[in-house]
Amino acid sequence: MKRFKPLDFLMRWPLLRQIRNRDLTALGESALSRRSQELRPRTETADRVVGSICPFCGVGCGQLIYVRDEKVVNIEGDPASPVSRGKLCARGSSTFQLVTGTQRMRDVLYRRPGAKDWEVLPLERALDMVAARVKKTRDETWEARTDEGLTVNRTLGIAHLGGATLDNEENYLIKKLFTGGLGIVQVENQARI
Amino acid sequence: MQNSDCILIQGSNFAECHPVGFQWVMEAKRRGATIIHVDPRFTRTSAMADVHAPIRPGTDIAFLGGLIHYILENERYFRDYLLHYTNAAVIVDDGFQDTEDLQGLFSGWNTEGGKAHYDFRTWQYQGVGTVPAAGHKEIYGQALASTGPGGQDIGNIQRDETLASPRCVFRILERHFARYTPEMVEKTCGLSKDLFLKIAEKLCESSGPDRTSALCYSVGWTQHAVGVQIIRAASIVQLLLGNIGRPGGGILALRGHASIQGSTDIPTLFNLLPGYVPMPHAMEAQSLEGYLKTTSSASGWWSEMPKYVVSLLKAWYGQAARADNEWAFAHLPRLTGNHSHLTTIADMAEGRVKGYFVMGENPVVGSTHGALQRKAMRRAEWVVVRDFVLTETAEFWRKGAEYERGELRPEEVQTEVFFFPAAAHSEKDGSFTNAHRLVQWHHKAIEPPGEARSELHFLFHLGRRLKQLYAGSSDPKDRPLLALTWDYPTEGPYDEPSAESIVREINGYTIADGKPVSGYTKLQADGSTASGCWLYSGCYADGVNQLARRKPHWEQSHVAPEWAWAWPDNRRILYNRASADPQGRPWSERKRYVWWDSEKGEWVGKDKPDFIQGRPPSYRPQKEATGLATIAGDDPFIMQADGKGWLYAPSGLLDGPLPTHYEPQESPVANPLYPQQCNPARVEWRRKDNPYHWAFDDPRFPHVLTTYRIAEHHTAGGMSRWQSWLSELSPEMFCEVSAELAAFVGLRNGGWATVRTARGEIEARVLVTERLRPFKLDGRLVHSVGLPYHWGGAGRVRGDAANELLGFVADPNVNIFESKALTCSILPGRLSRGRRAATGRVVGEYAAPPGVQRDLEGVGQLADEPSQKKERWS
Repeated sequence: MKRFKPLDFLMRWPLLRQIRNRDLTALGESALSRRSQELRPRTETADRVVGSICPFCGVGCGQLIYVRDEKVVNIEGDPASPVSRGKLCARGSSTFQLVTGTQRMRDVLYRRPGAKDWEVLPLERALDMVAARVKKTRDETWEARTDEGLTVNRTLGIAHLGGATLDNEENYLIKKLFTGGLGIVQVENQARI
Repeated sequence: MQNSDCILIQGSNFAECHPVGFQWVMEAKRRGATIIHVDPRFTRTSAMADVHAPIRPGTDIAFLGGLIHYILENERYFRDYLLHYTNAAVIVDDGFQDTEDLQGLFSGWNTEGGKAHYDFRTWQYQGVGTVPAAGHKEIYGQALASTGPGGQDIGNIQRDETLASPRCVFRILERHFARYTPEMVEKTCGLSKDLFLKIAEKLCESSGPDRTSALCYSVGWTQHAVGVQIIRAASIVQLLLGNIGRPGGGILALRGHASIQGSTDIPTLFNLLPGYVPMPHAMEAQSLEGYLKTTSSASGWWSEMPKYVVSLLKAWYGQAARADNEWAFAHLPRLTGNHSHLTTIADMAEGRVKGYFVMGENPVVGSTHGALQRKAMRRAEWVVVRDFVLTETAEFWRKGAEYERGELRPEEVQTEVFFFPAAAHSEKDGSFTNAHRLVQWHHKAIEPPGEARSELHFLFHLGRRLKQLYAGSSDPKDRPLLALTWDYPTEGPYDEPSAESIVREINGYTIADGKPVSGYTKLQADGSTASGCWLYSGCYADGVNQLARRKPHWEQSHVAPEWAWAWPDNRRILYNRASADPQGRPWSERKRYVWWDSEKGEWVGKDKPDFIQGRPPSYRPQKEATGLATIAGDDPFIMQADGKGWLYAPSGLLDGPLPTHYEPQESPVANPLYPQQCNPARVEWRRKDNPYHWAFDDPRFPHVLTTYRIAEHHTAGGMSRWQSWLSELSPEMFCEVSAELAAFVGLRNGGWATVRTARGEIEARVLVTERLRPFKLDGRLVHSVGLPYHWGGAGRVRGDAANELLGFVADPNVNIFESKALTCSILPGRLSRGRRAATGRVVGEYAAPPGVQRDLEGVGQLADEPSQKKERWS
């Protein structure tokens, strides 16, 4: 069993250490505690580091995402990027909260016609329901020809608006499925805004 | 940008909205560059600039036109560049009449029958039709297509190398901009003549063989009814000064979002297919042949378009795309006009659009006229929103002024709404394209939480379900869906489709062996190749995801060609052939970038040459040449039908071949330059729920209203207003006014103000600053009100949305709405409890701003009341 040593205990008091070390500003070693000495950066204990790109503005700063136990533990600027040379702005620095914050929704929600509130819906069911509505609306509003007899093969009954934080690959599938597959022409994007 | 000698930032608050990119402006400044900021407001960008020049919102063309006038008047243009690389010497059609001749209109303005519009025929080169590299190809192409693709007669272009002919572009330019004198700039923009001259001189002395200047803009230029023409004016300045295609030069569009650029390259825009290939229009595109005739060009790089279209159809429809069915071209739906976002919303408000998908976007706050956006969605049968949080758009059925005021109860809204939580960029593989056309890969770090999924997951599984629902259908309308190639491999616990497999499809491959092609020059029109976007072809060359390259910048040159990948073909500066003189030598040692190596017989340099490799500077096409053979060795602008930079745009635009100063839809003053007040071709939505003010001098709305973004929040707030860190930095909506306006109206710093337009009213805290100053116009003071564009009724920090005040009015070329310059009134105190235009049921004395009368339904103005002064309005 460890014996209690009053002198040791006393000497852990920063003020005494400060006097002993003649450390006037107390910005040096005398301010250290065991805890602060043992603190390690979160980045050091990460299981892996993943290269990423900031999702905010169009500058495209490089990011490094640190993962530990399948959780994001830190996001910081990537010094290797020729675009940003390791820097992130206020928004870019908040990416960690953007992706790990409690504000993020985790459930699929459904609001019935005339309802006052949302209800939770399982993802698979919701996908089935959306697919059924797309089919119904598409079939009801299909326009093979205009009144003038021009072939158009489309529906104006469904429209889409996408944000510009979607990936290129996602935009590609939107255009391919909605326009190329379903004949939806009103496919639009934040870029118009 | 660090190599610039002068950087002119206009229509952008670069330092606050793109802070990390701004380090390159500072780097240039450290190396001696002059930084000029032209903006109505003094911002942190102005604080770091050498010169801040405030101009009245909506007068950008007057300012840039002033620069053009100064360059021409004082012969400060880069003559060799101008003569060889632009269309300065080309002779224009005899029938062309300028705004100088027609009181602010160009020839061809047609008001007979239907909607007034321009007939562009007289804008063409003398005797030669050219298909534009971008813009409204279908309209131009249609007129030219009687014999085949436009540009077949490109060899017949008439030039006057002495620039003396009164019909040549150069002289037309001189006449058109003759009235844009420094005095006129002062009178229109409210900017002192001395400061203007200082800026013009600085820009000119920082351009030439030895020096280059760059122009930067963002939505301060685009969100106007003349947005495209503002950017056109900037191109004219840069072409005159020889600043395009050279290091430290160019026009930089600072994109507001991670992949705004990508969303137009691989577009989710109604009028485009991937790679700026136009969507087919019903009128001319009943067959693939007809479509290609009207949209491809017989000359310049767009002559390659058939290869890109066939490869796209092969990528989408696989084996169903065959030579005998025109590669399934009939599967593509056809356009019959404008199907843009605002048109869609207006149609939705009429009940014509039943289903609406909104992914990662918050139009109720981020687009224009929030009340009308909500009204439209209430008329839809179902709405699907995908986002991180419940945005104002997800909650359109219960959040908004009309609910707060009790005009409407959520129970009355019959729309079915689905909300799907979205995966973050850290939870999926994929690429963003930044403002510099750099396509950068972000790797997945972890799985998304709960039932959050990527859009890729949503689309893939939605598509899979729909294919099942339609399986076995023999209805011709279902053939495209059933033929659609949709066999992407999936991975992980949630069956996430492989993003890399999509990159491979975008890149393109040869059908026979499935091997990725090395670039778009390998694509064919005979069905032997497939490619989802020709412009990105090469991004998966050698079967390697080139987008994921992350070689540190310290291990390569400052051009950093091995960091990620840039379209096209990993070229970092577009049109960089122009960095060498007509003989292929660098213009100067200082600006050496790409040049002709006569020993090797090819173009070499610091960047990948943006030119036909191996084509010597001395190459001249035969008169009857077609296709790529038409591009001469000194034609750097290879995408253009004539290989030249267009000072004058003979085709492509709907509102004139040259930029002209028109006042915004709503202005405090009459147009000081022309009797024509506004852009005659602008798009209006004349609806009761979208009332406009008088075109100018509206006594009810005497002040200028402008909108902007701040450093701490991100556009419509979906990615910032829910977060405590950013919300704490900037917790509340405010309106910014000058001390003079505050004194005039009786506003107190920190107090409340109500800002009004005919569309709606909002309240905000007052911020009295010296950053916004009144403008002196012809002896009269014009005040402005600045509103940040971030807040809305949901989120951790809330506030009234600025867009409640804006209307539906848009640029004719690209249909972007006008948010940067309109008129308003401002009063001290909080918002009245009155009701707004788009929701109806207006009662009470505060129902409408003073002077605006509502009709019996309570929406907008009385139908037959003229909303503008008629005599200056068309």
